[in-house]
Amino acid sequence: MISLNKVKIGLLLLSILTVLTACSNNNKDTTESSGNNATVSISGSTSVGPLAEKLAAKYTEKDNTNIEINQIGSSAGITNAISGVSEIGMSSRDLKEEEVASGLNEVIIAYDGIVVVTHPSNKVKDLTMEQVKQIFTGEVTNWSELGGDDLEIVVVSREDGSGSRDAFQEIVEYSSGELIRNSIIASGNGNIKTTVANNKHAVGFISFEYIDENISTIDINGVEATAENVLQKKYSLSRPFLFVYKEGQLTEAGQQFIDFILSEEGQLIAAEAGAIPIK
Amino acid sequence: MSIPTTNKQTVEIGKANKRKYMLEKVSQRLFLICALLSVITLLLIIGFVFYKGAHPFVAEGYSFIDFIFGSDWVPSEDKFGIFPMIVASIFATIGALIIGVPIGLFTAIFLAEIASERLAKIISPAVQLLAGIPSVLYGVFGLAIIVPFLQNTFGLVKGQSLIAVILVLAIMMLPTIVTVAETAIRAVPQTYREGSLALGVSQIGTIFKVIVPAAKSGIMTAIVLGLGRAIGETMAVILVAGNSLIVPTSLTDSVRPLTTNIALEMGYAFGTHQEMLFATGIVLFSFILILNFVLAKISSKGGN
Repeated sequence: MISLNKVKIGLLLLSILTVLTACSNNNKDTTESSGNNATVSISGSTSVGPLAEKLAAKYTEKDNTNIEINQIGSSAGITNAISGVSEIGMSSRDLKEEEVASGLNEVIIAYDGIVVVTHPSNKVKDLTMEQVKQIFTGEVTNWSELGGDDLEIVVVSREDGSGSRDAFQEIVEYSSGELIRNSIIASGNGNIKTTVANNKHAVGFISFEYIDENISTIDINGVEATAENVLQKKYSLSRPFLFVYKEGQLTEAGQQFIDFILSEEGQLIAAEAGAIPIK
Repeated sequence: MSIPTTNKQTVEIGKANKRKYMLEKVSQRLFLICALLSVITLLLIIGFVFYKGAHPFVAEGYSFIDFIFGSDWVPSEDKFGIFPMIVASIFATIGALIIGVPIGLFTAIFLAEIASERLAKIISPAVQLLAGIPSVLYGVFGLAIIVPFLQNTFGLVKGQSLIAVILVLAIMMLPTIVTVAETAIRAVPQTYREGSLALGVSQIGTIFKVIVPAAKSGIMTAIVLGLGRAIGETMAVILVAGNSLIVPTSLTDSVRPLTTNIALEMGYAFGTHQEMLFATGIVLFSFILILNFVLAKISSKGGN
């Protein structure tokens, strides 16, 4: 009996230990246990990330490849691709000159459009790029100056570091320091949409996929925000979704994944996810 | 024959005792490890936050004074100043106290002194349930009810404002204040009440002249705990604050307290930007430490 008790205690301690060690090693195990299969590490933009996740989910269903996606922002992803930390980097902005110079190749996997949105009651429906800049830098502070009602403008922007904000600022040509200080900072497209939909003073910018009847979209230089206009390069508030990799670093598995994305099936998934297919 | 049997018995008893003591020791160790776990976690968190947060000032030559008193926060242009956020955090907390403390205190007095047992049995669980609501739901409530209410009723240009933050935080700190203050008031000896009433003082007079002063240290503890809750709150605040980078000059300005700055940008930050968010954490942590210090002072005073 006594020895049985001892055994029980021993087993109990053992099981506690196993659980503890299992907990601490869990993550490592899952990544290493699939060592037989090829692993493609991808990191970068939080805008491209969700699309890449969807593509990866579909791809891994029929292929044994293990795809790891880290959403850490475009710049960090590009840096990782250059340094070799990740095989592929995701970017929602064009590469800078020095990044191209360090031997990066880029593949456009889809496009994304950014649209300036206001409250549905707002009469302003068309702005020039210059006016958009004036709004976001605080030079124009009342909708009446733009042909709307006599209402103060409330600017809603994304947080510093957001890929959408980087791209928007780059295209409209103002810097983070120039952004009007009392702008509301909302985290995420959905949050911007909610804020704008509930405030008749507000103006913000969101991805095409978030457009619906709760908000009113603004034409830029008379061009409507549609996927066709982006593809025909008429609508300028758009950006490419890029996969970047260093020459020679791309594995066979990585190449196959990119081929899958560019295939008809991959592009269909991209369209379903709300991005604009490249063809 | 009999002697070996006794020997055998003593040996067995001795063995059983040994096992008992072993078990005792093992469980003691086990409990000690569990107790140490929280201490170790605390040290790890402090160590990690300070290591990460101090790095830019120690190794990269950023000035801590500029960090605290700088009014520009533009990470992409290498400007890190959190003065507007410190002011926002302090204003929001003080504002929440001004609204939350009287309501909480009066609720506690009502529950402990005035309400009938039946009524108290309804209100008390409701207050405690309020404490159990996830903070993000307070934020959603604030965004869906308080923000539009401020916009429509007071004609504010934007409802995401300091006053919205204050209102949400005031509601959130209520359960803490009510529960702790109520316990303190109930702990006041019955003889105090009887003595006061016997001298002909009214019930309200007794409450404010005798009971509240007697429960003072407990009530102060309640206020400081509520304050801690308010200053550390993040998820509810992030939705209603507006997160603008300005030093608030009126209740209708949108603000960015320290906590929301960290939560808002940590997802995208790397390098110095990320370290500066940890440094923001250090400042926040210092506030909490000071609060705890004050709390310890108050309770030791109460002990005397």
